[in-house]
Amino acid sequence: MTTTLPNPEIVARPDPMLPNAAVIRGIQPEAYGISTFSLAFQEPPVAHAYHFQPGQFNMLYVPGFGEVAISLSSDPASPELMGHTVRYAGVVTRAMGRLKPGDIIGVRGPYGSFWPLHLAVGKDVLIVSGGIGLAPLRPLILSIIRDRSTYGRVMLLYGARTPADLLYTGEFEAWERAGIEVHVTVDRADENWSGQVGVVPMLFYRIRVDHTKTVVMTCGPEIMMRFAIYEALARRVPKDAIFISMERNMKCAVGFCGHCQFGPTFICRQGPVLKYSAIEPFFGKEDF
Amino acid sequence: MTTPVNVPRISASVVLPKPALQQVFENLQESGFSIIGPTLREGMVALDEIRTVEDLPRGLRDQQSPGHYHLRPAEDGQWFGYNLGAHSWKQFLHPPRVTLYSVNKNEGHWTLQRPEKVAPRYAFVGVRACDLQAVFIQDRVFLGEEYRDPYYGRRREQIFILAVNCSTASSSCFCTSMKTGPRVSTGYDLVLTELSDAFLLEVGSEAGSEMLRSTGWQSATAFDLGRATQVLQQAERQITREMNTVDLPQLLYRNLEHPRWSKVAARCLSCANCTMVCPTCFCTTVEDSSDLRGTSAERVRVWDSCFVLDFSHVHGGNLRPTVRARYRQWLTHKLGSWIDQFGTSGCVGCGRCITWCPVGIDITEELKAIRATGER
Repeated sequence: MTTTLPNPEIVARPDPMLPNAAVIRGIQPEAYGISTFSLAFQEPPVAHAYHFQPGQFNMLYVPGFGEVAISLSSDPASPELMGHTVRYAGVVTRAMGRLKPGDIIGVRGPYGSFWPLHLAVGKDVLIVSGGIGLAPLRPLILSIIRDRSTYGRVMLLYGARTPADLLYTGEFEAWERAGIEVHVTVDRADENWSGQVGVVPMLFYRIRVDHTKTVVMTCGPEIMMRFAIYEALARRVPKDAIFISMERNMKCAVGFCGHCQFGPTFICRQGPVLKYSAIEPFFGKEDF
Repeated sequence: MTTPVNVPRISASVVLPKPALQQVFENLQESGFSIIGPTLREGMVALDEIRTVEDLPRGLRDQQSPGHYHLRPAEDGQWFGYNLGAHSWKQFLHPPRVTLYSVNKNEGHWTLQRPEKVAPRYAFVGVRACDLQAVFIQDRVFLGEEYRDPYYGRRREQIFILAVNCSTASSSCFCTSMKTGPRVSTGYDLVLTELSDAFLLEVGSEAGSEMLRSTGWQSATAFDLGRATQVLQQAERQITREMNTVDLPQLLYRNLEHPRWSKVAARCLSCANCTMVCPTCFCTTVEDSSDLRGTSAERVRVWDSCFVLDFSHVHGGNLRPTVRARYRQWLTHKLGSWIDQFGTSGCVGCGRCITWCPVGIDITEELKAIRATGER
């Protein structure tokens, strides 16, 4: 059983800005305006060398439109098929929305830090997520399931604006069967919704947190993460047992373009997964 | 290896008649270098490709103050009696536009082409101490252990540096506060100090020594060395601007809500001039374009600035929508978080951001105001 995870090598190229061609193998609609692209590198040596850790991201390139940083959302145990759950929100992602299986997309990566699963061995794992923030947590959930006995209780608190915005709902049952407690909420219900209504941090009231042995991992809108952190701290979870995944504008992913800076942190390199205690002085500062 | 008899040894100090600098230029050109140096352009000492010593702006002195730059003739006829213009060496090592690659799409395959195979080989003439430190700072940004920027790296590794010790200081200069000057202390091939009747040159490398062949150099005397020291002392005495760097970056981290940010934002035009003229600011964005059929596309990396509204764009909006937030980001990075990131301040005290700010915002005054009334 291995739980200490090595940092994956970047698929080495002399120029860190050069992408490798990857073929779109499938496009799976997930929610309104959100699809998962499954990509495979075209050149076998590149495909063979590539692996990633839960929480890392790739830079995806559509010629003429540009690059965008997108988290990997697929199983790290099958790195030959890279999943990216994409919301059609900007210039590049909307261009991706016009692509079809068989088309080529540029990929470089993986980049960034990853969820510290090795720190969660023997502990409870509390995963808190909102909206498309579940995408970078899905590889974590799949890794935990593969190695389920290594961890204590594993809880997922997840929410979205409406039931139609929830991701991966078809997998929740399988996750529960594999020993993940899944708690779901929506901001606004529809006529078929019989579950919880309210914001994600409210789901903390449905669980019991043992602060002596809980690791919190959260990704979602910053305002959601801020309140999730308040709830965790209120339950005396230590600041260095809380990990958040942050999003910033990125043009290079290797620390050259300067866009993703958050105080002293380059989100592309020290992040996107950061220990809360490391960024606390800056987190939630207005317009920072 | 023995050094040929007609060139000085490394770390030697020699004197050269001023016109003999032309021979150094010719030696550089023979060795395949394009010479980049100071030259007069539109009323400013600019940096550009120069061919002979006649291109150097002789007998000029600059007057600088916040938002103000003016050249006037100087009677002493000095070759290097002026200070810095808006240009820095950044534009040659980290060019404002670099084509990263182009893609041609055909039949399910992409062909990537990189236009730049060989980088230009530059000899930088007239690099001042603060600007040389700025190069070392950008080295830390682009030549890290994990990632290396090949465009910067290729240019950087083959430059020749003929540095110049300042004999005067402008009112914008504060290198003494940032401990970057006025003396050039390391990292040069040759460093020149202008004496009244000759140049004193110190040799910093074998390449530097080589470029002194056939120049008629003579070993410097104790008198020459003494005069060179006086030149530097004169420059140092002229520096009046100060910046107190104690307790950075923490002072800034503690004062992210200081009212001064709003005050300076009321003056700041968010024009990005300060970031363009700064010799260490390194931020870039990428411009994408394609042909009309969409079969070929190009990516061009261009300088960007944290003062540009779009700089912090994520889906849903810009994270720094106000000038206050953007000025705070720039100053806090430059003087503060840069230290955490790269182990050095991002400021070398060159004063360009002060001189070239159209409304005369002075970085030293802004920090002073925060220090005076901020949380300690």
